[in-house]
Amino acid sequence: MPTRRVLDGNAAAAEALRLARVRVIAAYPVTPQSPIVERLSSYAADGTLKAKYMRVESEHSAMSCVIGAQLTGVRAGTATSSVGLALMHEVLGVASGCRVPIVMPVVNRALVSPWSLWCDHQDSMAERDSGWLQFYVENAQEALDSLLMAYRIAEDSQVLTPAMVCLDGFFVSHSPQLVVLPDQEAVDEFLPEYVPANLYLNPKDPLFINGLVPPEDFSEMRYQQKLGFERALEIIPQVRRAFGRKFGRQYEMVETYRLKDADVVLVTLGSMSGTAKHVVNKLRVQDLPVGVVKLGVFRPFPAAELRRALKGRRVVGVLDRSAGLGADGGPLWLEVDSALSGTQTRVVGYVAGLGGRDITETTVRAVFEELIQIRDGKRSGPAKRWIDTGENAMELRKVGERE
Amino acid sequence: MKPTSEPPERPTTKSRGSRVLLGPVATVFATVDTGRWRTIRPEVDFSACAQCGVCRTHCPTAVLEIKKDQAECVVIGWDNCKGCGICANVCPKQCITMVKEGNHDAH
Amino acid sequence: MRPQADTLVSHGVSTCAGCGLELALRHILEVLGDNTVIVIPPGCAALFSGFGEETALRIPGIQGNLENSAAIAAGIRAGFEVQGREGTTVLALAGDGATVDIGLQSLSGVFERGDRVLYVCYDNEAYMNTGIQGSGSTPLGARTTTTPVGKDRPRKDMIAIAAAHRMPFVASASVGYIKDLRKKVKKAQEAAGPSYVHVHTPCPTGWFYDPARTIEVARLAVQTGVWPLYEIEDGRRRITVSVSRLRPVAEYLRLQGRFDHLDEGDFEEIQGQVTASYQSLLRECD
Repeated sequence: MPTRRVLDGNAAAAEALRLARVRVIAAYPVTPQSPIVERLSSYAADGTLKAKYMRVESEHSAMSCVIGAQLTGVRAGTATSSVGLALMHEVLGVASGCRVPIVMPVVNRALVSPWSLWCDHQDSMAERDSGWLQFYVENAQEALDSLLMAYRIAEDSQVLTPAMVCLDGFFVSHSPQLVVLPDQEAVDEFLPEYVPANLYLNPKDPLFINGLVPPEDFSEMRYQQKLGFERALEIIPQVRRAFGRKFGRQYEMVETYRLKDADVVLVTLGSMSGTAKHVVNKLRVQDLPVGVVKLGVFRPFPAAELRRALKGRRVVGVLDRSAGLGADGGPLWLEVDSALSGTQTRVVGYVAGLGGRDITETTVRAVFEELIQIRDGKRSGPAKRWIDTGENAMELRKVGERE
Repeated sequence: MKPTSEPPERPTTKSRGSRVLLGPVATVFATVDTGRWRTIRPEVDFSACAQCGVCRTHCPTAVLEIKKDQAECVVIGWDNCKGCGICANVCPKQCITMVKEGNHDAH
Repeated sequence: MRPQADTLVSHGVSTCAGCGLELALRHILEVLGDNTVIVIPPGCAALFSGFGEETALRIPGIQGNLENSAAIAAGIRAGFEVQGREGTTVLALAGDGATVDIGLQSLSGVFERGDRVLYVCYDNEAYMNTGIQGSGSTPLGARTTTTPVGKDRPRKDMIAIAAAHRMPFVASASVGYIKDLRKKVKKAQEAAGPSYVHVHTPCPTGWFYDPARTIEVARLAVQTGVWPLYEIEDGRRRITVSVSRLRPVAEYLRLQGRFDHLDEGDFEEIQGQVTASYQSLLRECD
C-alpha cells in the first residue's frame, strides 16, 4: 500500500533510489543535494537499503565509481548539483557513450562564478550535449515519480542512455510537501530487476569496453546514440502511461495547463511552472486567454509534441532559468523557437530566477503582461528579456571616493 | 591492427548466436604483425644453450619457448619477434647472437 | 612453427621493441589469472586495450579517463562485492603520469576508503605514449620534451605517498627482477584491501638506449639504489632484493641518452640524493 509522507525533494529523490534498489552509491557532498546522499548513506548503514555506500573524494570519482559498478550488473547511483555536476562533466560522456543507463538526481544550482548556493538551471543546461536524458520536475512528488520512470526509460534496450532528473535547488529540494510514497512491491512490478544489457564486465564473457575508435566508426557510434534519443521520445509517453495506470499519477512530456483557448502561452521548466499556473488562474478570472506549457523532458527535446500543443497560438513566451550568455537568448528559448520556426507563432524569450532569485507571481505577471501587449501590437520597445533584473546592474559594486 | 593470415583467434566473446553491441567495445582478440618490424633476429647456438629459460622469462612478446627434448631447444615465434635483442642481452651463456634479418628462409 | 597463443595477452602488440611495460604486463596477468578485470587509462598500456573492434586482451576490461582508473576499479569492486562475487581480481594498470600526477586524487581516495583494488603503476618516468613529456615521476636531471634542459626537481616518492594511507600492501618492483615482481603481484592480489605495486619499466624510446638493454638498465637501477626493491606489509618495511654494495649511479645514468647532458657535478648531486634516500630506507626497514 502506498503511504503519504511529508518529504522534501531531496528526501523524495532518495526514496526513489531506495525503491529502485540501487546497490552501489558513490557520492560527494554538494549543496543543495547533500541530504539525498546522507539519507542513502543512512539507509545503507542500517540495512534499509542493501547497498554499499562509497564515500568518494570528488564528483569525478563518484561518476567513475558508478560507471564501474553498473557495468558489473547492478544499478548504481549518485546525485549532484552545480559545480559537482561540472566536475563530473568529462565522465558523463563515458556513461552516455558506453550506453550505461545510470539515473541521477541533479539538484539545480547556479554554476560559478559568481558563487551561488541557489537555484539556477545553468548546471544542467551546461550538460545538454552530454548525451544524457534530461527530465525536469515541478515538485517533490514529481521528483520521485520521474526518477522511477527514468530507470525504465533509460534501461530500455533501445534507449540505453543515462538520465538526469533535475529538481530546483531549495525550491523543490528543501520544500517539504505531501508525497505519496509507493510501496516496494509495486515498484518492483514496475521496475524489474536490473539486467545488464549490451556492455558489461564479466570474466566469463570478456569484452574490452571504451577503447579507441577510429574515424571510420565514430560517426556511426554517435548515430547509435541519436537513435537512442529517438527511441526515448517514443517510449517516454508509453512509460508515463504505464506509470499512470499503476500508480494513478499521469505525467506528460509536454504538460498543458488551461491551453484550450489560450493564444498566449508561457513555456516553463521546473518549479516555476507551479507559479505560472497560479498566475494563469488569476489572469483567467479577468478572461485573459493564457495558458502554460510545462516541459517534463528537455532531452530528448519533444519538438513535435511542443508544436502540437502550441499550434495556432499567437504569442509564446519562454522562461529560461539560465542566462544563455552569448547566445541570442536562453537555451530553452533557442530550442522552442527552433521547434516553432516556420509557424506564425511569435516566440519571445525571458530570463529570470538566476542564482536563487525567486520567480514570483510578480515576475510571471510581468511576463504575461508583455506577451499580451506583444499579441495586441501594443508593445512599443523590444521585450525586456531579462525581466527580473534590476536597472542598477552596472552600479552593483560601486566603490566611492574616501571621505 | 589486422588479424594474421592464419584463421583468426577465436573472439573473446562467447557467442550465443550473433548479437549486436552498441557503443565502443572490442570483441575480437587480434594480433599485430610485429614480426615485420625486425631488422635483426636472434640466432641461438643450441649446442651451448643450457635450456635455463632466462631468455623466455625476459622476452617482452613471450615468443620464446624452451623445448627440452629437442636439439633445437629454443623455438621462436617469428610472426611476432620484434628483434629487440633482450634475449641475447640476458642469456647467461651468451649463446644468442643478433644477426641481420633477411638472410634466412625460415620465416 | 608458431607458439600457441595460450596467454591472456596477444603476442603481437604495437609496444616498442624492448618495452619494459609489455614484459611486466605479461607476467602480471600470468600471475593474476583469467578471473581478472582490468582498468587501463590512455597511455602505453592502452595499446593492449586495442583499437576499434580488436583487443589484445582475453580478460574483460575498460579504458577510463586518464585520472580515474582507481575510481573505476573501485566501482567495479563494489559492484562485485554487493553481488557476492569476491573471487575476481580488480586490477588497475596505469602509467606514472596517470598515477602520480592526474590520477593521484582518485588513487588516494581508494587507499583511504580501503577499496580492494590492485593498482599497478608501470613507471617509464614520463608521458611516453604521447611523446615523452615530463611527469611527476621523471627523475632529477632527465631530459624530456617538457624538461628539455633536464628536470630540475626530484620525482615524487609514490611508495611513501601510498604508505602514508596505512594500507595492507605497498611494494616497488622492477622488470629486472621478474621473480620478485611476480611474488609481489601475488601478495598484492591476496591483500585484504587496496594494494599498490610500483613497477620500474625502462623505456628504450624515451630513455634513449639500445632496446636490448632494458633488463640491464632495470637491474642497474636496483643495483645503484636508484630503484630499491622493497615492500611494506601492514606498515612493516622490508627490502626484498638486497644490494650489499651500491654501484655508482653514474653507471646507470651513462647508459641512457636522456642524461647525456649531465656533467660530473650533476652526477655527484644525484649520487648524493640516491645515497641519502637509500640510507634513510635502510633505517626505516625492520
